[in-house]
Amino acid sequence: MDLNTTWFLLLGVLLLGYGILDGFDLGVGVLHLFAKDERERRIHMNAIGPVWDGNEVWLLTAGGAMFAAFPPVYATVFSGLYLAFMLLLLALIFRAVSLEFRGKVDLAAWKRVWDWGFGLGSLVPPLLYGVALGNIMAGLPLNAAGDHTGSFLSLLNPYSLLVGLTTLVFFVMHGAAWMMMKTEGELQARMRNWVTRGWALFVALYAGATMMTVYAAPHLFEGVVNMPLFWVALAALVLSVAYIPLAAARTRPGHAFLASATALAAMLGLVGLGLFPTLVPASNDPTLSLTIYNSSSSTKTLTVMLIIALIGMPFVIGYTALIYRAFRGKVTITEESY
Amino acid sequence: MDPVLLARIQFAVTIGFHFIFPPVSIGLAWLLVIIEGKAWRTGDRGWERLGRFFGKLLALTFAVGVATGIVMEFQFGTNWANYSRFVGDIFGAPLAAEGIFAFFLESAFLGLYLFGRNRISKGLHWFSILMVAFGATMSGFWIIVANSWQQTPAGFVIRNGRAELTSFYDAVFNPSTVHRYLHTIDGALICGAFLVAGVSAWLILKNKEAELAKRSFRIAIIFGFIVSFLELMPLGHHHVRQVARTQPAKFAAIEGIYESETGAPLMLFAVPDSGPPPKLVLPVGLRGMLGWLAFGDPDAHIPGLDQFPEDERPPLWLTFVAFHNMVLLGMFFIGITALGLFLMWRKKLFDYPLYLWAMVVSVPLPVAACQLGWVTAEVGRQPWIVYPVPGVFEGMKVADAISPNVSAGEILASLIMFGMVYSLLLVLYLFLMWKEVDHGP
Repeated sequence: MDLNTTWFLLLGVLLLGYGILDGFDLGVGVLHLFAKDERERRIHMNAIGPVWDGNEVWLLTAGGAMFAAFPPVYATVFSGLYLAFMLLLLALIFRAVSLEFRGKVDLAAWKRVWDWGFGLGSLVPPLLYGVALGNIMAGLPLNAAGDHTGSFLSLLNPYSLLVGLTTLVFFVMHGAAWMMMKTEGELQARMRNWVTRGWALFVALYAGATMMTVYAAPHLFEGVVNMPLFWVALAALVLSVAYIPLAAARTRPGHAFLASATALAAMLGLVGLGLFPTLVPASNDPTLSLTIYNSSSSTKTLTVMLIIALIGMPFVIGYTALIYRAFRGKVTITEESY
Repeated sequence: MDPVLLARIQFAVTIGFHFIFPPVSIGLAWLLVIIEGKAWRTGDRGWERLGRFFGKLLALTFAVGVATGIVMEFQFGTNWANYSRFVGDIFGAPLAAEGIFAFFLESAFLGLYLFGRNRISKGLHWFSILMVAFGATMSGFWIIVANSWQQTPAGFVIRNGRAELTSFYDAVFNPSTVHRYLHTIDGALICGAFLVAGVSAWLILKNKEAELAKRSFRIAIIFGFIVSFLELMPLGHHHVRQVARTQPAKFAAIEGIYESETGAPLMLFAVPDSGPPPKLVLPVGLRGMLGWLAFGDPDAHIPGLDQFPEDERPPLWLTFVAFHNMVLLGMFFIGITALGLFLMWRKKLFDYPLYLWAMVVSVPLPVAACQLGWVTAEVGRQPWIVYPVPGVFEGMKVADAISPNVSAGEILASLIMFGMVYSLLLVLYLFLMWKEVDHGP
């Protein structure tokens, strides 16, 4: 496997890490909008309190890795989706400060403002990630310099909006599985309903999005049906998705969570197989597409970055696991809590 | 409107605002390492309460720093796409390294520190604040590497129409990295020391847990004096000497030298006039001092801005004013903390309300000094986004670096959004900090 392919994979791993980890806390943020009372809202927030900030770093690191390994892709995607990214930043800013600010003033109106900041700040990012993913899968109109030539409104096409909605529903289901692990009793029972109903909606949306993909992004299917890996990923997807409601019904939230994490890995794997070796297909002229070969950094930089990742990431995964372990179990509200 | 100007204003606003918070976080985190260390070693409830109290201030500062920091990771791509394409081979690596080596560390352990006090052992809890401080300090390193490479690029060649890495070591440890890093991090430590000192002084004045606050006040004054002194000598001094050698145009703007001069004076006071040509009004200076400080030779020939083509000169007025006010503030930090040490020696540290009040109102000054230092560094770098290296690279100008497909209207919209959101955040941040302080330990 060459360095460019390795970095294609590593970028996928970083995005997957982000999706699994920040995915659940974004989902919890959306669910928090439906909490019944103050105690429930605090349980939602404290279910992610100690870990959400570290989870978000996966996004920053994925952005940094994309910049370092595939600079033209970073430049094209971030400038091409300019207003979408500004909206994303607005949401992430409000989300971060809402969690911190909310508990500082004991006024109902104050708390309500930051509840909405946290809720909407959690709802908008998954939608935008999905819209960005949909547009990239379908391809963007690019010029010879690699700049996106479409408009902001052209990004909001039905296909991308459907992918956006699918992503949002998936993360809400994923977040509900996490919440099942952190809660008990009546709240946990409601979270189980969120998992099972969210699951049904997700399956319907995913099926619809897949059918639309055949028309909107036929290039993703070229050649992949001959790859054994494609069938492996598909089988993993079907099995893990099928297992989610079973695990939820038996109140095995850990299993449900792992199953939805596996499903996310399989979905991302399928998209990766379809795109490879392209990162941003050009919808107007395939020769303008940005690939891992025409848009990568030099071999030297890719090597240095690989060494940095190999030294750093084992530590990151190690201490992240230890910290999750320290906070395992049901949420308890203490004086440290939000 | 001009998209280049708008993109520059947006970058200045977003990074200037962001840069209020990390220095405070870094400095405060290291002081908490001391305070929590005392709490752990002595088992004293008082130290623990101080730790909790300043920990809350850290959490608030950190949150706004994180929220505004995400913008910076994306903005090179959103607004400076051509820059990203040209330098990504070198510039992306420190940003990625910052994520892997620093952001994960500080964020993960901050959660453990803030939420884990009763879940983990006292030793591990102290270790978690140590990792927060270390991670935050490391993140400073990688971002300073990225910035220093723009100022004094090294370890690269121009190939395939872009800058390509030839030596990671040379790019990381380019001629200005170490000087800029130590100077910046020490500035952050001053911010932390003055925050702890000012907050403690206020608690003493208001007689809220005054005995506890006296402990943190003492530590902050001692710590503050050490870091304030180091900031000038050797750190500031050597940073300027490096600029004088590697970025003579910036040096000329910093010192207000328009016409090249032998035996140029070190300015103690002057009012710069933008010109044309730029000049200093009412100059009061020490002749020969500048050459002696910068080059060890009072008769050194110091090139003025007139030595550079007109379109390659940084603005003199802003660079000069920012630099000199930063130095003035730095002198003040040394003076006021030295006075504190003197009072401490005479066992009268808490006897003068005026001194305590002076420390209270001084809290924002180190943050202002950091901003001025940043203005000096970045305005002095103009018009280059990547400085030229004679014989290797002709330089990249800021104007050539923007995203060609992002319209002025789009930038204006996002700029207005950031302006409004950041104003709101600043007001809320100050209000909540004040509320926490007023609540006391």
